[in-house]
Amino acid sequence: MLQEIITTLGTTFWMILGILGIFAIYLAVSGVCSIVYNMYMRGKDAARGYTSLKTVTFGDESAVTGNRAASVAAVVTLFLFWGIATGSKLLPPILPGPFVGDSSFSYTATNAAGQTADATVYVRVHEAANKEATKPEFTETATGFAKSDALVVPERRTKIIKVQSNDDGGTEEGFKVTAVNGQEIAPNQAVAIDAGEVFMTRKGSLSVRPASGLTMEALYLPPPEQAWKRFLNVWENGYLGVGLWENVTWSLIRVVFGFALGCLFGIPLGFAMGLNSWLRGWFEPIVEFMRPVPPLALIPLIIIWFGIGEQGKISLLFLAALWIMTIAARAGVSGVNIAKIHAAYSLGATKKQILSKVILPNSLPEIFTGARVAMGVCWGTVVAAELVAAEKGAGKMIIAASKFQLTDIVIIGIIIIGIIGYGIDVLMRMAENKLVPWKGRG
Amino acid sequence: MSGLLINDVSMTFELPNGGKVEALKNINLDIKEGELMSVLGPSGCGKSTLLNILAGFLAPTEGTMTLAGDQILAPGPERGMVFQHGALFEWMNVSKNIGFGPKMKGVPQAEIDAKVEELLDIVGLQEFGEKMIYEMSGGMQQRVALARCLANEPDVILMDEPLGALDALTREKMQSLVLDIWKKTGKTIILITHSVEEALLLGERLLVMAPRPGRVHKEYTLPFAELGVGADLREVKRHKDFGKTRDEILNMIWDMEEEIMGRTENA
Repeated sequence: MLQEIITTLGTTFWMILGILGIFAIYLAVSGVCSIVYNMYMRGKDAARGYTSLKTVTFGDESAVTGNRAASVAAVVTLFLFWGIATGSKLLPPILPGPFVGDSSFSYTATNAAGQTADATVYVRVHEAANKEATKPEFTETATGFAKSDALVVPERRTKIIKVQSNDDGGTEEGFKVTAVNGQEIAPNQAVAIDAGEVFMTRKGSLSVRPASGLTMEALYLPPPEQAWKRFLNVWENGYLGVGLWENVTWSLIRVVFGFALGCLFGIPLGFAMGLNSWLRGWFEPIVEFMRPVPPLALIPLIIIWFGIGEQGKISLLFLAALWIMTIAARAGVSGVNIAKIHAAYSLGATKKQILSKVILPNSLPEIFTGARVAMGVCWGTVVAAELVAAEKGAGKMIIAASKFQLTDIVIIGIIIIGIIGYGIDVLMRMAENKLVPWKGRG
Repeated sequence: MSGLLINDVSMTFELPNGGKVEALKNINLDIKEGELMSVLGPSGCGKSTLLNILAGFLAPTEGTMTLAGDQILAPGPERGMVFQHGALFEWMNVSKNIGFGPKMKGVPQAEIDAKVEELLDIVGLQEFGEKMIYEMSGGMQQRVALARCLANEPDVILMDEPLGALDALTREKMQSLVLDIWKKTGKTIILITHSVEEALLLGERLLVMAPRPGRVHKEYTLPFAELGVGADLREVKRHKDFGKTRDEILNMIWDMEEEIMGRTENA
């Protein structure tokens, strides 16, 4: 146990260094962009608003506004990094990519009689996507007992070739390969060649390893254009028989239904807890207990109870939204200024009128804040629930794609999930501004 | 018997640490219909408690209060309140705020509209009916609060430091407005304030209260409110009795505060 913790600490330490490195690069780019931007803006008409006249801006939060140019540059930089790291065809080659093309190397063999002869291995390294690559053709130039070979290898992959198998006397005891490109080689040793390197296995075969370059393989991170192409494909044809929109719509429908159920029960429950001591005492233990339980922890139980159908997912989202909405409504009730309640009573309002005309509108800002949080949590929960078990949905799409190593679908799925999550929040904020314009101005 | 009668009202409650607070002790008051009374006193003298009891938000531990012969047991529309910060409903516009009381009673909309129109005129907000509360300044908000209270046609208006949060200039304008409304409507008004000048200006009858236990220390009958109706309030303040009474009351309150401090130090 202790040992594992120490190992984890070590891992974490290396992660700190890694994260620092990434941040440093990203910040450096930001710094360069900033300098360029400021040089460009110098002499241009600056904003002449009130804020521009403030001399104290460091520490004055209201004087700090997000620089749109910086935001755009940041996103462009991210895509550039993505393109560079994956060797995107849309960019000039910045990092060396994997070796692709034809190459050859010579080897020297010694036969049982102690004579030596040279032959050539013609290597063709093809792109991973090109399934029809064939072995290179060649005209034999070797004159001795050793005969030339041809080899076809996908990029970044390794292939073992037993060059002696077609050589005269190659199967005899004592026949061995002694050099590659004139450099001596022995088992477990490697020799660099144009295309990468040649390694000799323990049993004396040659293992050809084309250079893999510094770019990432599509399996780990596909280049942007590949992801885009896949996106268009999935958009048109769907994936595993389910359309992209259908997947996304199903996730959204679950969220909306679960969230609506949560509001339907959570808001009255919160009001009850805010208005009645007995009911607050009655529900407080369960609400306070359930609130910190992450909805994801309930997934196994939900599957056992309801199976993997819609009912289970909506129940889960209901539970995710319920406590948030309950607490928001309760906070809304406790946030009502007592003077407003007193004023309403003095104006002759009945309890029912005070509930509908004073307490409800007065707690709407709190309820909206809760609703924004709840929608965010529901969206996260639905994707996670679909990862575990679902027939349709955004989460289902990416988990299924990951099983077939279709990283491009996983990436576009993540981007779509992010955009929709952000869209939900923007919509909620717009609704908030529209419906409770008095928020924070009471 | 249409006045407000306070009969031997006491208010004692226990603190969490077991101590007892006598917020009010044996208060007896007979407030006539149409009287303008201001209440003054240092913090902790129970003036807000008295107002809350009159409004019906608190029940006294002893004694009774009657308005026009009916005992006060709960808040009711015959006793209107104006609070320090308006306590307006910011989700409604000005007109809806003013019409809130009649609306709750089920008065027909046409009647409410006419009433609101009239009141907007009285408080000088003719053009502001459609404005939202958060678009208005503090002084304007208090005008709305006054109008909202008047719309309900209460017999008594209880004001809990209604002008306390306003700047001096707005405050002076609002003091004139309160006097105008008092004269025009003939309502009984009880006004709590921290400002001695305001108490002098807005009280035909002025009550100075003393703390521990909260009680009526001294009562004045003053001419300034009557003089101030429709007149320049600064003129009224130059009246020779005005300065004299102000200094007398200030000394009185000063002594009370000294006494409280002394007691705390000795304790």
